Amino acid sequence: MTKITVKVNGKEYTSEVEGRTLLVHFLRDQLGLTGTHIGCDTSQCGACVVVMNGDSVKSCTVLAVQANGAEIKTVEGLAEDGKLHPLQEGFWERHGLQCGFCTPGMLMSAYDLLQKNPNPSEEEIRHGLEGNLCRCTGYENIVRAVQYAAAKMRNEEPAPIGAKEQVVESVGS
Amino acid sequence: MIPSAFEYYAANSVDEALKLLAEHGDEAKILAGGHSLLPAMKLRLAAPTVLIDINPIAELRSINVGDKVTIGAMTTYASLLNSAELKAALPVIAEAVDQIGDPQVRNRGTIGGALAHADPAADLPAVILALGGTLTAQGPEGTREISIDDFFVDMLTTSLEPNELLTTITLPKMGAGEGASYVKMVQPASGYAIVGAAAWVKLNADGTVAAARVAITGAGPKPTRLEEVENALVGGASSEEAVTAASEAVSDELELLGDIHASEDYRRAMVKVYTRRAILKAIKAAS
Ligand SMILES: Cc1cc2nc3c(=O)[nH]c(=O)nc-3n(C[C@H](O)[C@H](O)[C@H](O)COP(=O)(O)OP(=O)(O)OC[C@H]3O[C@@H](n4cnc5c(N)ncnc54)[C@H](O)[C@@H]3O)c2cc1C
Ligand code: FES
Ligand code: FES
Repeated sequence: MTKITVKVNGKEYTSEVEGRTLLVHFLRDQLGLTGTHIGCDTSQCGACVVVMNGDSVKSCTVLAVQANGAEIKTVEGLAEDGKLHPLQEGFWERHGLQCGFCTPGMLMSAYDLLQKNPNPSEEEIRHGLEGNLCRCTGYENIVRAVQYAAAKMRNEEPAPIGAKEQVVESVGS
Repeated sequence: MIPSAFEYYAANSVDEALKLLAEHGDEAKILAGGHSLLPAMKLRLAAPTVLIDINPIAELRSINVGDKVTIGAMTTYASLLNSAELKAALPVIAEAVDQIGDPQVRNRGTIGGALAHADPAADLPAVILALGGTLTAQGPEGTREISIDDFFVDMLTTSLEPNELLTTITLPKMGAGEGASYVKMVQPASGYAIVGAAAWVKLNADGTVAAARVAITGAGPKPTRLEEVENALVGGASSEEAVTAASEAVSDELELLGDIHASEDYRRAMVKVYTRRAILKAIKAAS
Protein backbone atom coordinates (compact mmCIF):
# COMPACT_ATOMS: atom_id res chain seq x y z
CA MET A 1 0.00 0.00 0.00
CA THR A 2 1.16 3.51 -0.79
CA LYS A 3 -0.01 6.68 0.87
CA ILE A 4 -1.16 9.33 -1.59
CA THR A 5 -2.44 12.86 -1.24
CA VAL A 6 -4.65 14.13 -4.02
CA LYS A 7 -6.58 17.37 -4.38
CA VAL A 8 -9.95 16.62 -5.93
CA ASN A 9 -12.31 19.47 -6.79
CA GLY A 10 -10.35 21.72 -4.44
CA LYS A 11 -10.45 19.36 -1.47
CA GLU A 12 -7.40 17.45 -0.27
CA TYR A 13 -7.65 13.72 0.41
CA THR A 14 -5.01 11.43 1.87
CA SER A 15 -5.49 7.70 1.34
CA GLU A 16 -3.72 4.37 1.24
CA VAL A 17 -3.93 2.69 -2.16
CA GLU A 18 -2.59 -0.47 -3.75
CA GLY A 19 -0.21 0.04 -6.67
CA ARG A 20 -2.73 -1.48 -9.06
CA THR A 21 -5.68 0.67 -7.99
CA LEU A 22 -6.85 2.64 -11.00
CA LEU A 23 -7.55 6.32 -10.55
CA VAL A 24 -11.19 5.78 -11.52
CA HIS A 25 -11.66 3.19 -8.76
CA PHE A 26 -9.99 5.48 -6.24
CA LEU A 27 -12.36 8.32 -7.16
CA ARG A 28 -15.48 6.18 -7.19
CA ASP A 29 -14.89 3.62 -4.46
CA GLN A 30 -12.61 5.40 -2.02
CA LEU A 31 -13.83 8.99 -2.39
CA GLY A 32 -17.40 8.12 -3.34
CA LEU A 33 -17.28 10.41 -6.37
CA THR A 34 -19.39 8.23 -8.63
CA GLY A 35 -20.03 10.93 -11.21
CA THR A 36 -16.99 9.61 -13.08
CA HIS A 37 -18.21 6.53 -14.95
CA ILE A 38 -16.63 3.31 -16.12
CA GLY A 39 -17.82 2.34 -19.57
CA CYS A 40 -15.46 0.16 -21.54
CA ASP A 41 -12.59 -0.20 -19.11
CA THR A 42 -10.36 -0.68 -22.18
CA SER A 43 -9.35 2.99 -22.57
CA GLN A 44 -11.67 3.62 -25.49
CA CYS A 45 -14.98 5.14 -24.40
CA GLY A 46 -14.01 8.20 -22.36
CA ALA A 47 -16.78 7.79 -19.76
CA CYS A 48 -14.03 7.99 -17.11
CA VAL A 49 -12.39 11.24 -18.27
CA VAL A 50 -11.28 13.61 -15.53
CA VAL A 51 -8.94 16.60 -15.67
CA MET A 52 -5.59 15.98 -13.99
CA ASN A 53 -3.18 18.90 -13.57
CA GLY A 54 -4.99 20.75 -16.35
CA ASP A 55 -5.14 17.94 -18.92
CA SER A 56 -7.98 15.52 -19.56
CA VAL A 57 -7.07 11.89 -18.91
CA LYS A 58 -8.89 8.59 -19.00
CA SER A 59 -8.89 7.74 -15.31
CA CYS A 60 -9.19 4.01 -16.07
CA THR A 61 -5.74 4.22 -17.64
CA VAL A 62 -3.90 6.10 -14.90
CA LEU A 63 -2.86 4.53 -11.60
CA ALA A 64 -4.10 6.19 -8.43
CA VAL A 65 -0.49 6.31 -7.18
CA GLN A 66 0.38 8.39 -10.25
CA ALA A 67 -2.07 11.03 -9.05
CA ASN A 68 -0.09 11.57 -5.86
CA GLY A 69 0.30 15.34 -5.46
CA ALA A 70 -1.98 16.04 -8.43
CA GLU A 71 -4.98 18.32 -8.75
CA ILE A 72 -8.01 16.63 -10.17
CA LYS A 73 -11.29 17.98 -11.40
CA THR A 74 -14.21 15.62 -11.85
CA VAL A 75 -17.72 16.31 -13.09
CA GLU A 76 -18.75 16.97 -9.46
CA GLY A 77 -16.40 19.96 -9.50
CA LEU A 78 -17.91 21.69 -12.53
CA ALA A 79 -20.87 23.47 -10.95
CA GLU A 80 -19.95 26.27 -8.58
CA ASP A 81 -22.10 27.69 -5.78
CA GLY A 82 -25.08 25.70 -6.97
CA LYS A 83 -24.85 27.23 -10.44
CA LEU A 84 -24.38 24.94 -13.40
CA HIS A 85 -21.19 25.32 -15.42
CA PRO A 86 -21.87 26.75 -18.92
CA LEU A 87 -21.09 23.30 -20.33
CA GLN A 88 -23.70 21.66 -18.13
CA GLU A 89 -26.14 24.41 -19.07
CA GLY A 90 -25.29 23.81 -22.74
CA PHE A 91 -25.95 20.07 -22.48
CA TRP A 92 -29.29 20.92 -20.84
CA GLU A 93 -30.30 23.65 -23.29
CA ARG A 94 -29.19 21.83 -26.43
CA HIS A 95 -30.29 18.35 -25.37
CA GLY A 96 -26.71 17.03 -25.41
CA LEU A 97 -27.61 13.78 -23.68
CA GLN A 98 -30.13 11.02 -23.68
CA CYS A 99 -29.25 8.25 -21.22
CA GLY A 100 -26.48 10.41 -19.77
CA PHE A 101 -23.96 7.65 -19.28
CA CYS A 102 -21.28 9.28 -21.44
CA THR A 103 -22.06 12.78 -20.20
CA PRO A 104 -19.56 13.19 -17.32
CA GLY A 105 -16.71 12.18 -19.62
CA MET A 106 -18.03 14.34 -22.45
CA LEU A 107 -18.23 17.32 -20.11
CA MET A 108 -14.68 16.88 -18.83
CA SER A 109 -13.20 16.40 -22.31
CA ALA A 110 -15.12 19.43 -23.52
CA TYR A 111 -13.91 21.36 -20.46
CA ASP A 112 -10.29 20.57 -21.37
CA LEU A 113 -10.95 21.52 -25.00
CA LEU A 114 -12.47 24.90 -24.13
CA GLN A 115 -9.69 25.68 -21.65
CA LYS A 116 -7.21 25.32 -24.49
CA ASN A 117 -9.32 26.55 -27.38
CA PRO A 118 -12.11 28.95 -26.30
CA ASN A 119 -13.46 29.36 -29.82
CA PRO A 120 -13.31 25.98 -31.53
CA SER A 121 -14.78 25.26 -34.95
CA GLU A 122 -17.28 22.42 -35.26
CA GLU A 123 -14.49 20.26 -36.67
CA GLU A 124 -12.23 21.08 -33.75
CA ILE A 125 -15.00 20.15 -31.30
CA ARG A 126 -15.46 16.78 -33.00
CA HIS A 127 -11.70 16.17 -33.05
CA GLY A 128 -11.49 17.20 -29.40
CA LEU A 129 -14.20 14.72 -28.42
CA GLU A 130 -12.76 11.81 -30.39
CA GLY A 131 -11.94 9.96 -27.19
CA ASN A 132 -15.55 9.95 -26.02
CA LEU A 133 -18.16 7.56 -27.31
CA CYS A 134 -21.89 8.16 -27.08
CA ARG A 135 -24.31 5.42 -27.98
CA CYS A 136 -27.42 7.59 -27.85
CA THR A 137 -27.21 11.06 -29.29
CA GLY A 138 -25.41 10.71 -32.60
CA TYR A 139 -23.16 13.55 -31.35
CA GLU A 140 -24.97 16.38 -33.18
CA ASN A 141 -26.49 17.87 -30.04
CA ILE A 142 -23.30 17.34 -28.08
CA VAL A 143 -21.51 19.55 -30.59
CA ARG A 144 -24.30 22.17 -30.27
CA ALA A 145 -24.03 21.96 -26.48
CA VAL A 146 -20.30 22.64 -26.59
CA GLN A 147 -20.84 25.50 -29.03
CA TYR A 148 -23.43 26.93 -26.63
CA ALA A 149 -20.99 26.69 -23.72
CA ALA A 150 -18.11 28.13 -25.72
CA ALA A 151 -20.24 31.17 -26.62
CA LYS A 152 -21.38 31.62 -23.02
CA MET A 153 -17.84 31.36 -21.71
CA ARG A 154 -16.77 34.05 -24.18
CA ASN A 155 -19.67 36.18 -22.91
CA GLU A 156 -21.44 35.91 -26.24
CA GLU A 157 -25.01 34.99 -27.05
CA PRO A 158 -25.24 31.29 -28.06
CA ALA A 159 -26.58 30.69 -31.57
CA PRO A 160 -30.32 29.92 -31.49
CA ILE A 161 -31.52 26.35 -31.90
CA GLY A 162 -31.57 25.38 -35.56
CA ALA A 163 -29.25 28.23 -36.57
CA LYS A 164 -26.90 25.96 -38.45
CA GLU A 165 -29.68 24.25 -40.38
CA GLN A 166 -31.00 27.66 -41.48
CA VAL A 167 -27.58 28.62 -42.75
CA VAL A 168 -27.34 25.42 -44.74
CA GLU A 169 -30.80 26.02 -46.23
CA SER A 170 -30.06 29.59 -47.23
CA VAL A 171 -26.86 28.46 -48.93
CA GLY A 172 -28.86 25.91 -50.87
CA SER A 173 -31.61 28.24 -52.02
CA MET B 1 -10.71 -5.08 -14.87
CA ILE B 2 -7.87 -4.64 -12.47
CA PRO B 3 -4.24 -5.52 -13.19
CA SER B 4 -2.63 -8.27 -11.15
CA ALA B 5 -0.67 -7.02 -8.17
CA PHE B 6 2.72 -5.39 -8.60
CA GLU B 7 5.16 -3.32 -6.62
CA TYR B 8 5.19 0.29 -7.74
CA TYR B 9 8.32 2.46 -7.76
CA ALA B 10 8.48 6.07 -8.92
CA ALA B 11 11.94 6.80 -10.34
CA ASN B 12 13.11 10.37 -10.00
CA SER B 13 16.18 10.11 -12.23
CA VAL B 14 17.52 7.97 -15.06
CA ASP B 15 20.09 6.50 -12.66
CA GLU B 16 17.40 5.53 -10.20
CA ALA B 17 15.34 3.89 -12.95
CA LEU B 18 18.39 1.94 -14.15
CA LYS B 19 19.19 0.83 -10.63
CA LEU B 20 15.63 -0.40 -10.13
CA LEU B 21 15.74 -2.18 -13.49
CA ALA B 22 19.01 -3.91 -12.58
CA GLU B 23 17.61 -4.91 -9.23
CA HIS B 24 14.35 -6.37 -10.48
CA GLY B 25 15.42 -7.75 -13.85
CA ASP B 26 12.84 -9.50 -15.97
CA GLU B 27 10.07 -9.03 -13.43
CA ALA B 28 10.07 -5.28 -13.97
CA LYS B 29 8.52 -3.06 -16.61
CA ILE B 30 9.04 0.61 -17.28
CA LEU B 31 5.82 2.64 -17.04
CA ALA B 32 5.81 5.62 -19.42
CA GLY B 33 2.46 7.03 -20.58
CA GLY B 34 0.90 3.71 -19.72
CA HIS B 35 -1.45 3.80 -22.70
CA SER B 36 -0.20 0.54 -24.12
CA LEU B 37 1.08 -1.09 -20.95
CA LEU B 38 -1.86 -0.47 -18.58
CA PRO B 39 -4.55 -1.67 -21.02
CA ALA B 40 -2.47 -4.82 -21.56
CA MET B 41 -2.12 -5.30 -17.79
CA LYS B 42 -5.85 -4.80 -17.25
CA LEU B 43 -6.51 -7.58 -19.73
CA ARG B 44 -3.77 -9.59 -17.98
CA LEU B 45 -1.91 -9.87 -21.27
CA ALA B 46 1.00 -8.46 -19.30
CA ALA B 47 1.60 -9.09 -15.62
CA PRO B 48 4.87 -7.53 -14.50
CA THR B 49 5.39 -7.82 -10.76
CA VAL B 50 7.31 -4.56 -10.58
CA LEU B 51 6.46 -1.27 -12.31
CA ILE B 52 9.06 1.47 -12.54
CA ASP B 53 7.27 4.74 -13.26
CA ILE B 54 9.54 7.15 -15.15
CA ASN B 55 6.97 9.96 -15.29
CA PRO B 56 8.70 11.92 -12.51
CA ILE B 57 11.96 12.18 -14.52
CA ALA B 58 11.72 15.77 -15.75
CA GLU B 59 14.95 15.58 -17.78
CA LEU B 60 13.31 13.07 -20.13
CA ARG B 61 10.64 15.58 -21.12
CA SER B 62 12.26 17.95 -23.57
CA ILE B 63 12.23 19.19 -27.13
CA ASN B 64 15.45 20.83 -28.32
CA VAL B 65 15.75 22.29 -31.79
CA GLY B 66 19.34 23.05 -32.76
CA ASP B 67 21.33 21.69 -35.71
CA LYS B 68 19.32 18.58 -35.00
CA VAL B 69 16.12 17.95 -33.12
CA THR B 70 16.43 16.01 -29.88
CA ILE B 71 13.37 14.82 -28.04
CA GLY B 72 13.30 13.28 -24.56
CA ALA B 73 11.67 9.85 -24.43
CA MET B 74 8.99 10.98 -21.95
CA THR B 75 7.76 13.85 -24.11
CA THR B 76 4.03 13.39 -24.57
CA TYR B 77 2.25 13.47 -27.89
CA ALA B 78 0.44 16.61 -26.72
CA SER B 79 3.76 18.38 -26.07
CA LEU B 80 4.99 17.36 -29.53
CA LEU B 81 1.80 18.69 -31.05
CA ASN B 82 1.96 22.00 -29.20
CA SER B 83 5.60 22.88 -29.83
CA ALA B 84 5.75 25.68 -32.41
CA GLU B 85 9.51 25.22 -32.67
CA LEU B 86 9.15 21.55 -33.51
CA LYS B 87 6.40 22.30 -36.00
CA ALA B 88 8.73 24.69 -37.81
CA ALA B 89 11.68 22.28 -37.83
CA LEU B 90 9.82 19.03 -38.52
CA PRO B 91 6.17 19.62 -39.42
CA VAL B 92 5.62 15.92 -40.13
CA ILE B 93 5.72 15.11 -36.41
CA ALA B 94 2.63 17.18 -35.65
CA GLU B 95 0.98 15.91 -38.83
CA ALA B 96 1.38 12.34 -37.59
CA VAL B 97 0.74 12.92 -33.88
CA ASP B 98 -2.57 14.63 -34.62
CA GLN B 99 -3.70 11.31 -36.11
CA ILE B 100 -2.83 9.27 -33.00
CA GLY B 101 -5.62 8.12 -30.68
CA ASP B 102 -7.57 10.96 -29.09
CA PRO B 103 -6.76 13.97 -26.87
CA GLN B 104 -6.55 11.85 -23.70
CA VAL B 105 -4.21 9.33 -25.33
CA ARG B 106 -2.09 12.23 -26.56
CA ASN B 107 -2.04 13.81 -23.09
CA ARG B 108 -0.44 10.68 -21.59
CA GLY B 109 1.24 8.70 -24.39
CA THR B 110 4.93 9.37 -25.03
CA ILE B 111 7.24 9.18 -28.03
CA GLY B 112 9.58 6.86 -26.14
CA GLY B 113 6.76 4.51 -25.21
CA ALA B 114 5.48 4.48 -28.78
CA LEU B 115 8.90 3.38 -30.06
CA ALA B 116 9.87 1.02 -27.22
CA HIS B 117 6.52 -0.76 -27.37
CA ALA B 118 6.93 -1.49 -31.12
CA ASP B 119 3.23 -2.04 -31.67
CA PRO B 120 2.98 -3.15 -35.30
CA ALA B 121 0.16 -0.63 -35.88
CA ALA B 122 1.64 2.39 -34.08
CA ASP B 123 2.13 5.55 -36.10
CA LEU B 124 5.35 7.23 -34.94
CA PRO B 125 7.63 4.24 -35.66
CA ALA B 126 7.07 4.69 -39.40
CA VAL B 127 7.69 8.43 -39.18
CA ILE B 128 10.95 8.03 -37.24
CA LEU B 129 12.07 5.37 -39.73
CA ALA B 130 11.38 7.71 -42.65
CA LEU B 131 13.22 10.56 -40.95
CA GLY B 132 16.24 8.38 -40.18
CA GLY B 133 16.28 8.96 -36.44
CA THR B 134 18.89 7.88 -33.92
CA LEU B 135 17.87 6.60 -30.51
CA THR B 136 19.92 6.89 -27.35
CA ALA B 137 19.64 4.15 -24.78
CA GLN B 138 21.15 4.09 -21.32
CA GLY B 139 22.00 0.89 -19.49
CA PRO B 140 24.27 -0.35 -16.73
CA GLU B 141 27.24 -0.27 -19.13
CA GLY B 142 26.60 3.30 -20.17
CA THR B 143 25.06 5.01 -23.16
CA ARG B 144 24.75 3.74 -26.71
CA GLU B 145 23.18 4.98 -29.91
CA ILE B 146 20.90 2.84 -32.00
CA SER B 147 19.98 3.70 -35.57
CA ILE B 148 16.23 3.47 -36.04
CA ASP B 149 17.00 1.07 -38.91
CA ASP B 150 18.34 -1.43 -36.34
CA PHE B 151 15.70 -0.81 -33.69
CA PHE B 152 12.57 -2.75 -34.67
CA VAL B 153 13.26 -6.48 -34.48
CA ASP B 154 9.83 -8.07 -34.59
CA MET B 155 6.27 -7.58 -33.36
CA LEU B 156 6.50 -5.82 -29.95
CA THR B 157 10.26 -6.47 -29.93
CA THR B 158 13.08 -3.95 -30.24
CA SER B 159 16.84 -4.11 -29.90
CA LEU B 160 16.63 -2.41 -26.47
CA GLU B 161 18.03 -4.67 -23.76
CA PRO B 162 15.69 -5.40 -20.85
CA ASN B 163 17.97 -3.43 -18.53
CA GLU B 164 18.13 -0.39 -20.83
CA LEU B 165 16.11 2.79 -20.87
CA LEU B 166 15.37 4.67 -24.08
CA THR B 167 16.25 8.26 -23.22
CA THR B 168 16.46 10.41 -26.35
CA ILE B 169 15.33 10.48 -29.95
CA THR B 170 17.53 12.52 -32.31
CA LEU B 171 16.19 13.57 -35.69
CA PRO B 172 17.64 15.57 -38.58
CA LYS B 173 15.86 18.86 -39.30
CA MET B 174 14.07 19.38 -42.59
CA GLY B 175 16.62 20.97 -44.93
CA ALA B 176 16.10 22.96 -48.12
CA GLY B 177 14.43 20.89 -50.83
CA GLU B 178 13.28 18.31 -48.28
CA GLY B 179 9.78 17.32 -47.29
CA ALA B 180 8.07 14.60 -45.29
CA SER B 181 4.58 13.32 -44.74
CA TYR B 182 2.55 10.66 -42.92
CA VAL B 183 -0.78 9.30 -44.13
CA LYS B 184 -2.88 6.62 -42.55
CA MET B 185 -5.79 4.35 -43.34
CA VAL B 186 -7.62 4.23 -40.04
CA GLN B 187 -9.31 1.20 -38.52
CA PRO B 188 -12.47 3.09 -37.58
CA ALA B 189 -13.14 1.44 -34.23
CA SER B 190 -9.65 1.46 -32.73
CA GLY B 191 -8.14 4.41 -34.58
CA TYR B 192 -4.96 2.43 -35.21
CA ALA B 193 -3.46 2.15 -38.69
CA ILE B 194 -4.59 -0.59 -41.05
CA VAL B 195 -1.85 0.86 -43.22
CA GLY B 196 0.25 3.90 -42.38
CA ALA B 197 2.91 5.29 -44.69
CA ALA B 198 5.61 7.84 -44.00
CA ALA B 199 7.86 9.39 -46.59
CA TRP B 200 10.82 11.73 -46.59
CA VAL B 201 12.22 13.09 -49.87
CA LYS B 202 15.01 15.39 -50.92
CA LEU B 203 14.63 16.99 -54.32
CA ASN B 204 17.29 18.30 -56.70
CA ALA B 205 16.94 21.78 -58.15
CA ASP B 206 15.58 20.24 -61.38
CA GLY B 207 12.82 18.50 -59.44
CA THR B 208 14.29 15.00 -59.64
CA VAL B 209 14.50 12.95 -56.48
CA ALA B 210 17.93 13.09 -54.82
CA ALA B 211 17.14 10.87 -51.84
CA ALA B 212 14.12 9.19 -50.26
CA ARG B 213 13.15 7.15 -47.24
CA VAL B 214 9.77 5.45 -47.14
CA ALA B 215 8.37 3.36 -44.29
CA ILE B 216 5.09 1.65 -43.51
CA THR B 217 3.34 0.57 -40.35
CA GLY B 218 0.13 -1.30 -39.54
CA ALA B 219 0.46 -3.67 -42.47
CA GLY B 220 3.07 -6.15 -41.29
CA PRO B 221 4.59 -7.56 -38.10
CA LYS B 222 6.83 -4.54 -37.64
CA PRO B 223 7.29 -1.06 -39.11
CA THR B 224 9.46 -1.46 -42.17
CA ARG B 225 11.30 0.63 -44.75
CA LEU B 226 10.38 0.02 -48.38
CA GLU B 227 13.81 0.08 -49.95
CA GLU B 228 12.62 -1.08 -53.38
CA VAL B 229 10.32 1.92 -53.52
CA GLU B 230 13.10 4.25 -52.36
CA ASN B 231 15.46 2.89 -55.04
CA ALA B 232 12.82 3.28 -57.72
CA LEU B 233 12.28 6.91 -56.71
CA VAL B 234 15.86 8.12 -56.48
CA GLY B 235 17.16 9.65 -59.69
CA GLY B 236 13.69 9.77 -61.19
CA ALA B 237 11.22 12.59 -61.67
CA SER B 238 8.98 13.78 -58.86
CA SER B 239 5.90 13.63 -61.08
CA GLU B 240 2.73 11.79 -60.10
CA GLU B 241 3.43 9.25 -62.84
CA ALA B 242 6.93 8.48 -61.58
CA VAL B 243 5.77 8.23 -57.98
CA THR B 244 2.90 5.91 -58.92
CA ALA B 245 5.31 3.65 -60.77
CA ALA B 246 7.77 3.66 -57.85
CA SER B 247 5.00 2.76 -55.38
CA GLU B 248 4.27 -0.33 -57.42
CA ALA B 249 7.80 -1.55 -56.63
CA VAL B 250 6.65 -2.86 -53.23
CA SER B 251 8.20 -6.32 -53.06
CA ASP B 252 5.94 -9.37 -53.28
CA GLU B 253 8.20 -10.87 -50.62
CA LEU B 254 7.33 -8.16 -48.09
CA GLU B 255 5.78 -9.90 -45.10
CA LEU B 256 2.31 -8.50 -44.40
CA LEU B 257 -0.45 -9.59 -42.06
CA GLY B 258 -4.11 -10.34 -42.60
CA ASP B 259 -6.77 -10.06 -39.92
CA ILE B 260 -10.52 -9.48 -39.54
CA HIS B 261 -10.07 -5.83 -40.56
CA ALA B 262 -8.12 -6.37 -43.76
CA SER B 263 -6.73 -9.36 -45.60
CA GLU B 264 -3.08 -9.63 -46.53
CA ASP B 265 -3.89 -8.98 -50.21
CA TYR B 266 -5.94 -5.93 -49.37
CA ARG B 267 -3.14 -4.58 -47.19
CA ARG B 268 -0.62 -5.15 -50.00
CA ALA B 269 -2.82 -3.14 -52.36
CA MET B 270 -3.32 -0.40 -49.76
CA VAL B 271 0.40 -0.24 -48.97
CA LYS B 272 0.93 0.83 -52.58
CA VAL B 273 -1.89 3.40 -52.47
CA TYR B 274 -0.86 4.97 -49.16
CA THR B 275 2.83 4.89 -50.04
CA ARG B 276 2.06 6.81 -53.21
CA ARG B 277 -0.02 9.36 -51.27
CA ALA B 278 2.67 9.83 -48.63
CA ILE B 279 5.41 10.35 -51.22
CA LEU B 280 3.33 12.81 -53.25
CA LYS B 281 2.54 14.78 -50.11
CA ALA B 282 6.20 14.78 -49.09
CA ILE B 283 7.18 16.03 -52.55
CA LYS B 284 4.61 18.81 -52.28
CA ALA B 285 6.06 19.79 -48.90
CA ALA B 286 9.56 19.78 -50.40
CA SER B 287 8.79 21.96 -53.40
C1 LIG C 1 -7.61 4.28 -26.95
C2 LIG C 1 -6.22 4.25 -27.48
C3 LIG C 1 -5.98 4.59 -28.81
C4 LIG C 1 -4.70 4.58 -29.32
N1 LIG C 1 -4.51 4.93 -30.62
C5 LIG C 1 -3.26 4.93 -31.14
C6 LIG C 1 -3.03 5.31 -32.49
O1 LIG C 1 -3.94 5.66 -33.25
N2 LIG C 1 -1.76 5.28 -32.95
C7 LIG C 1 -0.70 4.91 -32.16
O2 LIG C 1 0.43 4.93 -32.63
N3 LIG C 1 -0.90 4.56 -30.88
C8 LIG C 1 -2.14 4.56 -30.35
N4 LIG C 1 -2.32 4.20 -29.04
C9 LIG C 1 -1.16 3.78 -28.22
C10 LIG C 1 -0.49 4.98 -27.59
O3 LIG C 1 0.13 5.72 -28.59
C11 LIG C 1 0.52 4.56 -26.52
O4 LIG C 1 0.58 5.64 -25.64
C12 LIG C 1 1.89 4.25 -27.01
O5 LIG C 1 1.88 3.20 -27.93
C13 LIG C 1 2.82 3.80 -25.87
O6 LIG C 1 3.36 4.89 -25.22
P1 LIG C 1 3.25 5.05 -23.66
O7 LIG C 1 4.08 6.22 -23.31
O8 LIG C 1 1.84 5.08 -23.29
O9 LIG C 1 4.01 3.73 -23.16
P2 LIG C 1 3.66 2.65 -22.04
O10 LIG C 1 2.35 2.05 -22.29
O11 LIG C 1 3.93 3.21 -20.70
O12 LIG C 1 4.81 1.59 -22.36
C14 LIG C 1 4.78 0.76 -23.51
C15 LIG C 1 5.96 -0.22 -23.47
O13 LIG C 1 7.19 0.46 -23.70
C16 LIG C 1 8.08 0.33 -22.60
N5 LIG C 1 8.72 1.64 -22.44
C17 LIG C 1 8.08 2.84 -22.41
N6 LIG C 1 8.97 3.85 -22.33
C18 LIG C 1 10.19 3.29 -22.31
C19 LIG C 1 11.51 3.82 -22.26
N7 LIG C 1 11.74 5.14 -22.22
N8 LIG C 1 12.56 2.95 -22.25
C20 LIG C 1 12.33 1.61 -22.31
N9 LIG C 1 11.11 1.05 -22.38
C21 LIG C 1 10.05 1.87 -22.38
C22 LIG C 1 7.22 -0.08 -21.43
O14 LIG C 1 7.94 -0.84 -20.50
C23 LIG C 1 6.14 -0.89 -22.11
O15 LIG C 1 6.57 -2.20 -22.33
C24 LIG C 1 -3.60 4.22 -28.48
C25 LIG C 1 -3.82 3.87 -27.15
C26 LIG C 1 -5.11 3.89 -26.63
C27 LIG C 1 -5.32 3.53 -25.21
S1 FES D 1 -13.83 3.44 -18.94
FE1 FES D 1 -12.03 4.56 -19.28
S2 FES D 1 -12.08 4.89 -21.40
FE2 FES D 1 -13.86 3.65 -21.10
S1 FES E 1 -26.25 9.91 -23.84
FE1 FES E 1 -26.33 7.77 -23.72
S2 FES E 1 -24.28 7.24 -24.18
FE2 FES E 1 -24.29 9.32 -24.57
